[in-house]
Amino acid sequence: MERIPILRMGKYLLVTIQVDMHDRLAMQLQEDLTTRIAKEQSRGVLIDISALDIVDSFIGRMLADIAGMSRVLDAQTVVVGMQPAVAITLVELGLSLHGVRTALDVERGMKLLEESIGEATRAGADEGDGPGDER
Amino acid sequence: MALATSVDVFPVRAETDVVLVRQTVRTWSIQQGFSLVDQTKMVTAASEIARNTVTYGGGGTLRIEALQDSGRRGLRLIFEDQGPGIADVDLALRDGYTTGSGLGLGLGGARRLVNEFSIESKAGQGTKVTLTRWK
Repeated sequence: MERIPILRMGKYLLVTIQVDMHDRLAMQLQEDLTTRIAKEQSRGVLIDISALDIVDSFIGRMLADIAGMSRVLDAQTVVVGMQPAVAITLVELGLSLHGVRTALDVERGMKLLEESIGEATRAGADEGDGPGDER
Repeated sequence: MALATSVDVFPVRAETDVVLVRQTVRTWSIQQGFSLVDQTKMVTAASEIARNTVTYGGGGTLRIEALQDSGRRGLRLIFEDQGPGIADVDLALRDGYTTGSGLGLGLGGARRLVNEFSIESKAGQGTKVTLTRWK
């Protein structure tokens, strides 16, 4: 079966979505990604959607679900590269991607991950009770 | 009076057809001279309704019409299925309402993304959704 590749970059996972995803492929990605986060103890996930020319409510929900699942597994998710036309359409559709952090490109997304994971680690050290909840 | 300058009919039976619908609507939107944002809105609306046709309608058809009305160009999409129909259309159009596992944004969201929207449905006799967008 067709699968979306997940690349490991140090302590992060990088997913570049380059195909027009049908719904089952999106569900498969969700499963693969959570498995990899747990297995490789990744602290962050970058999802590059710059090649996606639409995000409908199904794909939007998948992105929000991935962010939620990662959070529970103590990993941060940043969605990068959304095309402006996609952003305009998404908001008009009524989807605000609540709880999903976004950045303009992979480089900025990586910086955002570094910062938020650094903060979480410091907050945990200060309070002395493990990594802090980012929310 | 809007005149259809070109017409075609496509099956919307399986999940993979939803991807084909997106690609077909994209091609027709470009042919009608739609801007990138308008293309994206039309393709996203089509994706939402095509998924409904497959998931709730048990499959159906998409009729695409390239329109011309005193110089302005448009695109009309007619999704038809012979499924169980929608008991309460007003309720189904409300954001957040779903009888399935979705977000309940499909119908209401698609309506916001086009210029003209109509839905005809009778319990037990299927559903017909018409989306029209003008350049």
